[in-house]
Amino acid sequence: MVTTSPLLWLLVGLPLLGSAILLLAGRRADAWGHWLGTGAAAASFVLGVAQVMSLASKPADSRTFIDNVYNLVSVGSLHVDVAFRLDQLSAVFVLLITGVGSLIHVYSIGYMAHDPGRRRFFGYLNLFVAAMLVLVLADNYVLLYVGWEGVGLASYLLIGYWYHKPTAATAAKKAFIMNRVGDVGLALAIFLMFQQFGKVDFTGVFSAVGVPGASNVAHGVVTALGLLLLLGACGKSAQLPLQAWLADAMEGPTPVSALIHAATMVTAGVYLVARSNPIFNLSEGARMVVAIVGAATLLYGAIIGTAYDDIKKVLASSTMSQIGYMMLGVGLGPVGYAFGIIHLLAHGFFKAGLFLGAGSVMHAMNDDVDMRRYGALRKVMPWTFGTFALGYLALIGVPPFSGFFTKDKIIEAAFVKGGTSGVIFGVIALFGVVLTAFYMTRLMLMTFFGEKRWADGVHPHEAPTVMVWPKVVLAFGSVAGGFLLIHVIHVQTWLEPVLGTPAEGKPVLSTIVLTVIGLLAIAGGAGAAYMLFGRRAIPVTAPAAGVLVGATRQQLYADSFNEGVFMRPGQYLTRALVYADNRGIDGGVNGIAAFFGGTSGRLRRLQTGFVRSYALSVFAGAVVITAALLLVRVA
Amino acid sequence: MSPTAYLYLAAILFSIGSVGVLVRRNAIVVFMCVELMLNSVNLTLVTFSRINGTLDGQIYAFFVMVVAAAEVVVGLAILMTVYRTRRSASVDDANLLKY
Repeated sequence: MVTTSPLLWLLVGLPLLGSAILLLAGRRADAWGHWLGTGAAAASFVLGVAQVMSLASKPADSRTFIDNVYNLVSVGSLHVDVAFRLDQLSAVFVLLITGVGSLIHVYSIGYMAHDPGRRRFFGYLNLFVAAMLVLVLADNYVLLYVGWEGVGLASYLLIGYWYHKPTAATAAKKAFIMNRVGDVGLALAIFLMFQQFGKVDFTGVFSAVGVPGASNVAHGVVTALGLLLLLGACGKSAQLPLQAWLADAMEGPTPVSALIHAATMVTAGVYLVARSNPIFNLSEGARMVVAIVGAATLLYGAIIGTAYDDIKKVLASSTMSQIGYMMLGVGLGPVGYAFGIIHLLAHGFFKAGLFLGAGSVMHAMNDDVDMRRYGALRKVMPWTFGTFALGYLALIGVPPFSGFFTKDKIIEAAFVKGGTSGVIFGVIALFGVVLTAFYMTRLMLMTFFGEKRWADGVHPHEAPTVMVWPKVVLAFGSVAGGFLLIHVIHVQTWLEPVLGTPAEGKPVLSTIVLTVIGLLAIAGGAGAAYMLFGRRAIPVTAPAAGVLVGATRQQLYADSFNEGVFMRPGQYLTRALVYADNRGIDGGVNGIAAFFGGTSGRLRRLQTGFVRSYALSVFAGAVVITAALLLVRVA
Repeated sequence: MSPTAYLYLAAILFSIGSVGVLVRRNAIVVFMCVELMLNSVNLTLVTFSRINGTLDGQIYAFFVMVVAAAEVVVGLAILMTVYRTRRSASVDDANLLKY
């Protein structure tokens, strides 16, 4: 049962209008631009809540709202509509995006107070919210792609917000280009859908692929679709092998890192895989690759997170690693889809809170991001410390904070899946827990505990109220989010109509044993970090590193790999092509022109200007013609 | 007297005219040579008219005379202008229209 809801487009329309006004009005809007931007996001949130409430008041099998705004393409059998779809899956995303988005708008009022371009910043933020809502509300893959590219654009604009800094401009380009690689995958997936099924809307495609056991689509096609969608997801969600842009994306203002590069945009890949679950249900292979990518990234992100001294980059690699958990969750199939999404929601709260905390710390330390220059901040910034600590406990998964419930479920799902692969994934996820506890404890100890290692002239102070209370709200989410989502609201049951009902299964080890192992893993990681960073003084300059630490500081040579394998050969190729173009193609064209130019230059010397020589030619011509006539006559 | 003799005379006159056009530099002489060639052709036309016993050739000769008269008018006018600007009637001095 589908209900038409004529107001759905307003969810997207409000922030889009806000963005248009802010970006077009120019300096006239400087005085009130940030209030308008925040208002647009908040209005969208209120509307979103109202829509989701009315969605929830319907019986479980008819919880789908459709708003068909207009027909974009109608050619032959292909119909592409600008149609929005609010169902259980989009509903949770709408609340996350507009809710966390509004809080971060509020925080930004304080954070960007002294920035001359604050209005532009809010314009971009609203643009991002609108694009992200298009992405999750789209009713077909083409409109989803519009949102997909829209968030990519907003991300580019916001990473490069301080475009006068070369590092920020480069980071923005890097993010945009790496995303483009993934976007090609998504575009190809859409082409393949059209070529195979002649449809691009969710309902049409999913009914065309059918269900396991009753599908008449070739297995290879489904696997190819799954892998292409995964490539798109990898680009947007910073998963291996397209992960390298996320750490550099921290060049953007911190609210951007919190909203886009932690809570919402980077989770779009997880959304895409979960949304396309009928395709992944049909292909064991594609699902396995998703899980492998997730497991590999969760380890990779956690490992590189242990070596950064830049507080935002630690959080960025943590984001990468946590999205790895979500990918692993959705890669496990029906047992994991819902838990991947729930971890995504919980993560959206505590990671946004952590980033906002990091922003306050940077604010206090004159925009220094080096944790070796921090220390002993818990006394001067009690609110920031308190909210940050709650986020920290939620992230490493200490009960009863939110990460404990959600991450535990993913680990459990890996063991429920069973088999060799399930156990391997479960062990990797548990090892990831050790590393997460290690790098987050290191971050806490270096930032808030120990001795003061502040640079001269730095006088830390607590952030203004407008920057504190969004963190308090998010801290509530960090504390109670996981428990509420899983045991009170039962999001997994709410999502069942979209994501399918998982088959009942028991984990290989009992749930209690798994939880105990998980807690031991946290204690181990945190304890190791305490031994290394809590009991010893931390040097202000990074000490010389051995092979392993050195490799980790270089992000396991990911950038060097990209540079050596893709960027340098690409440069050589373009240089060779430029040479071939200049010498070969241009040479050929210019050579022909020069040949005719030179020849005609010589030929025109025949035009002497002496009338007698012309007369001679005329006579000679006449003689030749006469002679020819006579010859013909004679012959 | 055989009419062929007129044709030989016309051929000789035409040759003299064409050589004059090619070798002389004085524009007036060149003009006169052109007239000579035209008139040799007239003579040919009239002769053939006589040989064939028709009047076509004689009528053509009149046309040629009219055209020649018009050509002389234009030609002499050009010559006058050239002479005024260059103080010379040599055809080799009017050689600006070239490569």
